Amino acid sequence: MTTWHLILLASIAVLAIKMLGYAVPPRLFDQPRPRRTLELLTVSLLAGLVAVQMLGGDGGIVLDARIPAVAVAAGLFAVRAPFIVAVAAAAATAALLRQLAGLP
Amino acid sequence: MQTDAERRAWRAGLSVVIATSAYGLSFGALSITAGLDLWQTMVLSALMFSGGSQFAFIGVMAAGGGIAGVASAAMLGLRNALYGMSMRRVVAPRGAMIPVAAHVTIDESTAVALAQPDARAQRVGFWVTGVGIWVGWNLATLAGALLGDLLGDPKQWGLDAAAAAAFVGLLWPRLRARQAIAVSAASAVVAASLLPVLPAGLPVIVAAAIGVVVGLTNWPARR
Repeated sequence: MTTWHLILLASIAVLAIKMLGYAVPPRLFDQPRPRRTLELLTVSLLAGLVAVQMLGGDGGIVLDARIPAVAVAAGLFAVRAPFIVAVAAAAATAALLRQLAGLP
Repeated sequence: MQTDAERRAWRAGLSVVIATSAYGLSFGALSITAGLDLWQTMVLSALMFSGGSQFAFIGVMAAGGGIAGVASAAMLGLRNALYGMSMRRVVAPRGAMIPVAAHVTIDESTAVALAQPDARAQRVGFWVTGVGIWVGWNLATLAGALLGDLLGDPKQWGLDAAAAAAFVGLLWPRLRARQAIAVSAASAVVAASLLPVLPAGLPVIVAAAIGVVVGLTNWPARR
């Protein structure tokens, strides 16, 4: 398969999965158990994504300036800073630590 | 007349739009670096439109993964189906609006919608965030792809850390109950420890089983 085939196949798959969510009857989620499961699944996926985005790299885990940057963002979210401020502060922290302190 | 809650939903949505679109720059640049051309990069942002799936796809393509890139993108996109199940209640789209709503059902539009206090504000939050990010993400992708060479390494600008921080921001409002905090800590540890073992995309999916098991059994009990 060419790169174009893979791009179209992957895009259609992701789009079809999104449509699938709207095809499931919402009644299914009126009970506490499925609602709790759906919420905790989302929490679980987001937490996993934080870990992977913060630590992932060539050959598995890479420890670098992303860790202090995410800590700064978490501290800002804890004191209810706006989303954009916390995210920008994380980027600035990582950029400065790499530029000035020579962190990877 | 807009209510206070609707105005707050607009503001929340727009600030998420700006923050999220900004790291579309890094997607555009990274996609070119991964060997895709400008059109291929733009089709991914316009048609796939799911940040995690897009990053996973180009990551695997850069490593020469081929069909594994499709699998990774689909697995990372699975959560969008779950968001769709709850957004269907919130947004209640009809007819031709169903595929439009489905297309902009992503982490950010779902999170902003669910953070609003009433039904009208939730719909405002969903559409402002979803459509706003689609426009901003595609413009930023184009800019990132064009300026990729000038920008150099996106890491130099901390864009990789910004992506991680954005997920922290989406997770934060969900961490009120101890059960959710425990689930998120366990999921992060499991995903991280599976990073060296499993192919791209899988650690997050496996870690998500923790949320499903705790949700079904309600153990440890919600507090």
